[in-house]
Amino acid sequence: MIKIRGLQKCFGRLEVLKELDAEVQENKITAIVGHNGSGKTTLIKCLLGLDKYDSGDITIKDFKLNGDWSYRNQIGYMPQIARFPENLTASEVITMISDLRTGSATQAEELISYFRLSGEMEKPLKTLSGGTRQKVNAIVSLMFNPDILILDEPTAGLDPVSSSLLKDKIHAEKAAGKTVIITSHIMSEIQELADTILYLLDGKIFFDGPVNELIEQTGEKNLERAIAKMMS
Amino acid sequence: MTTLLKIIKYQLHDLLRGKWFIIYTAVFFLLTDGLFRFGGDPGQVSLSLMNVVLFIIPLVSIVFGTMFFYNSREFMELLLSQPISRVALFLGLYLGLTLPLSAVYLIGVGIPFMYHAGIMTGGYWILLLVGVSLTWVFTALAFFIAVLSEQRVKGIGMTIVLWLFFAILYDGIILFILFALEEYPLEKLTLILSLFNPIDLGRILMLLQFDIAALMGYTGALFSKFYGNMFGSAVAVLALWTWVATPVWLGYRAFSRKDF
Repeated sequence: MIKIRGLQKCFGRLEVLKELDAEVQENKITAIVGHNGSGKTTLIKCLLGLDKYDSGDITIKDFKLNGDWSYRNQIGYMPQIARFPENLTASEVITMISDLRTGSATQAEELISYFRLSGEMEKPLKTLSGGTRQKVNAIVSLMFNPDILILDEPTAGLDPVSSSLLKDKIHAEKAAGKTVIITSHIMSEIQELADTILYLLDGKIFFDGPVNELIEQTGEKNLERAIAKMMS
Repeated sequence: MTTLLKIIKYQLHDLLRGKWFIIYTAVFFLLTDGLFRFGGDPGQVSLSLMNVVLFIIPLVSIVFGTMFFYNSREFMELLLSQPISRVALFLGLYLGLTLPLSAVYLIGVGIPFMYHAGIMTGGYWILLLVGVSLTWVFTALAFFIAVLSEQRVKGIGMTIVLWLFFAILYDGIILFILFALEEYPLEKLTLILSLFNPIDLGRILMLLQFDIAALMGYTGALFSKFYGNMFGSAVAVLALWTWVATPVWLGYRAFSRKDF
């Protein structure tokens, strides 16, 4: 589905991704894990073309990334921190993006009621709380019903109710045949959601395999323990 | 193409909410109207406005342009994760700012001229042309600087230095060169140097029109003598629009390689 070969990205002298090879399988939830500054967000931004990588290849659904933007029609992206033009209201942002993106936002209404946001849609985004903005963020990434979902710390800042709503949604998307990439620091969440883990360490893949396998291999009772053991 | 127009539409929508534009229009309107009421004929009004146009428009365009670019950061990040090309986004942001800024200037200066003096007065068209061209030049420079510099304070500082350089220092440097090398024939050198300052080009265009070249400094006098009015104006307009195209192109190049 997504193939990454020899991906290298430097910010000035700092080499963030060092000839990274990885693969994301279709219709699976893949979690990218790693400590702070290990290059998770950079990897995601390279997939999206937000960061320009120095060398290597990325192939998404047999399309090799080359600067053409149309492949992003298949991707829904939820950034780590929701950044919106502050004067606009949530519904204006949704209208604007559906206007600019060729597909139609078939899911928007359904998602707004799913996340119980109907009351917040007409308020300027700058007056909304972090969690509420994060929900708007989720709606924007899901509303076009894209084949690939890229979620960068999706549950950060969400209350328990919204967080489980979002996780249910992610499971539902997988059941509907989508490919999902998530990052998170909450291991229990990853254990709950992900099929496969990509563990990033110093700009390379340290571990790549199914979550169960990792837990079984190390003989620990949960993912957090397993990773701690693997690292020691 | 349609994406470009849509981006411009949303930029306009966002900009017109601010009070900036009303103030900017009002300043030009009151100034032009006032100059007419204080008894100027269209020629004198154009000349008085010329100095405002040559200093204020570059300053407002370059400072407002950088601020606008930095403030659009969220908008850019949001749109770039969507299937939208960077060309469309960059040009959309650029036109989304230059079009309303030009419109504001044309309205603020144009309307008082129309009801005080009629449309076909001499320097009027040149005044509008120079004002609009300088808006485009300095917004392009602003964008170029803002793309290159991540830090706001540094970016805005650089734009102000650049404005000071073109508006004030450049003529001083030319004079200094002339003074230092007075024994040599320097006409050609001075002419070439004046092409490298958009504000000078604007000044030359206006004074060629008003035929008072000698009053307006050394470069103007030379320009008029060397090229004659029509050819001189054509050269100056061409050079001025090269000043738009170059920074837009350089800015886009840097923008297309930028990490967000």
